[in-house]
Amino acid sequence: MAKTLENYFNDLRRTRLWRSVFRSGWGTSTLHRSLAIQQNVFLHLFSTKSRKRMMSFSATWYLGTLTFGTFLILIITGILLMLYYHPSVPQAYADTKDLQFVVSSGMFLRNLHRWAAHAMVFLVFAHMFKVFYRGAYRPPREFNWVIGVVLLLITLLLSYTGYLLPWDQLAYWAITVGSNIALAVPVLGEKIHFLLLGGNAVNANALLRFYVLHCVILPLAAVVLIAVHFWRIRKDGGLYSHASEPRTIAQQLATANVEAAKPEAK
Amino acid sequence: MEDKETKSDRSELNRRTFFAKLGLGSLSVAAAGTAVFCYQYLSPNVLYEPSPVINAGKPESFPLDSVTEDVNSGIYIIHSEEGLFALQAICTHLGCLTAWKQELGIIACPCHGSKFFVRSEGEHKPGDKIEGPAPRPLPWKKMWVSEDGDLMVDRSTEIPPMQFVRV
Repeated sequence: MAKTLENYFNDLRRTRLWRSVFRSGWGTSTLHRSLAIQQNVFLHLFSTKSRKRMMSFSATWYLGTLTFGTFLILIITGILLMLYYHPSVPQAYADTKDLQFVVSSGMFLRNLHRWAAHAMVFLVFAHMFKVFYRGAYRPPREFNWVIGVVLLLITLLLSYTGYLLPWDQLAYWAITVGSNIALAVPVLGEKIHFLLLGGNAVNANALLRFYVLHCVILPLAAVVLIAVHFWRIRKDGGLYSHASEPRTIAQQLATANVEAAKPEAK
Repeated sequence: MEDKETKSDRSELNRRTFFAKLGLGSLSVAAAGTAVFCYQYLSPNVLYEPSPVINAGKPESFPLDSVTEDVNSGIYIIHSEEGLFALQAICTHLGCLTAWKQELGIIACPCHGSKFFVRSEGEHKPGDKIEGPAPRPLPWKKMWVSEDGDLMVDRSTEIPPMQFVRV
């Protein structure tokens, strides 16, 4: 009797190694499935149970997941790009050109990083519009909306700091103009501009500061907030909240209007 | 027992609140210290930036009625009938490098379209804005002739307009 692929998987699941890693055991019961989510460090942020209709494409268009997907692509390609890029004035531009024309697959990785970055900014906005028009920002999920707004800002700052790194004319003048906008801040403008650039003009210090912001500080902040963002979905009751559904709100409004239209009781 | 309770009620600061306040106080002092530490660490004390004073060369190299842009140092050396003077070439709007448009006889910024006078025209002084979003005129920079007879410009020092150098 020929063994099916499933048989091989079942044998694997019975091995001691497998069972030492996935300790919840294997099975198709609701308990087993719940434990598989709950006892996994990556999956435990998610709800152990979800409504089937919230998993359908039409409910969310998967915009949040797609945004996270582009973020993962950006982290992987970004780390690979860091292996050839030196954040110094004499080398930065040459390294970018080397990545494009000398390093094997360098052009592919750089373009992937660039297009994923554009896609992420687009998807973050699309995700927020979807959440807004679905009314999913309403209680009980209003705090997750706030975290989302901060994540939007981090995404835009990542996009902005990454813009300087190729150190070409476009990058230089874009960052000159962008950092000069900070000068418009009352009283503190000059100080913020000076701290941001590490000097009075876009130069070696500015390049290094933007590099550290782009590769360490902002991605770390994004990872932490994304974790909180996912965890809050579960804590706030999943992707579906009856109270914030547009239909529920409309019904509540209609009832309220009827109440208001009633003549005062004598 | 009774005596003890009334005692702690009378004094505003019992042992527990005293230590709580002491702890919060020292934490806020430490937080303020950390903020100052961070600010000081993040603002460089020595900058390896180009010197603000530049040597523009001999005055004879700037013929009468000429506008010369030095793109590397971001200034114009202009020789008008009144004399020589230096204008900042960095736009006062958002810091772009402006350009001298000889065919129009004006300075124009490529980024957001600010335009500036180069010559005195009526009430307008060189550097004044013709149109665009620039909030201020292009500032005049301090200029003098060194002992060697070279034109020197201090880019960090603004001077009131209409102060010409005559050689």
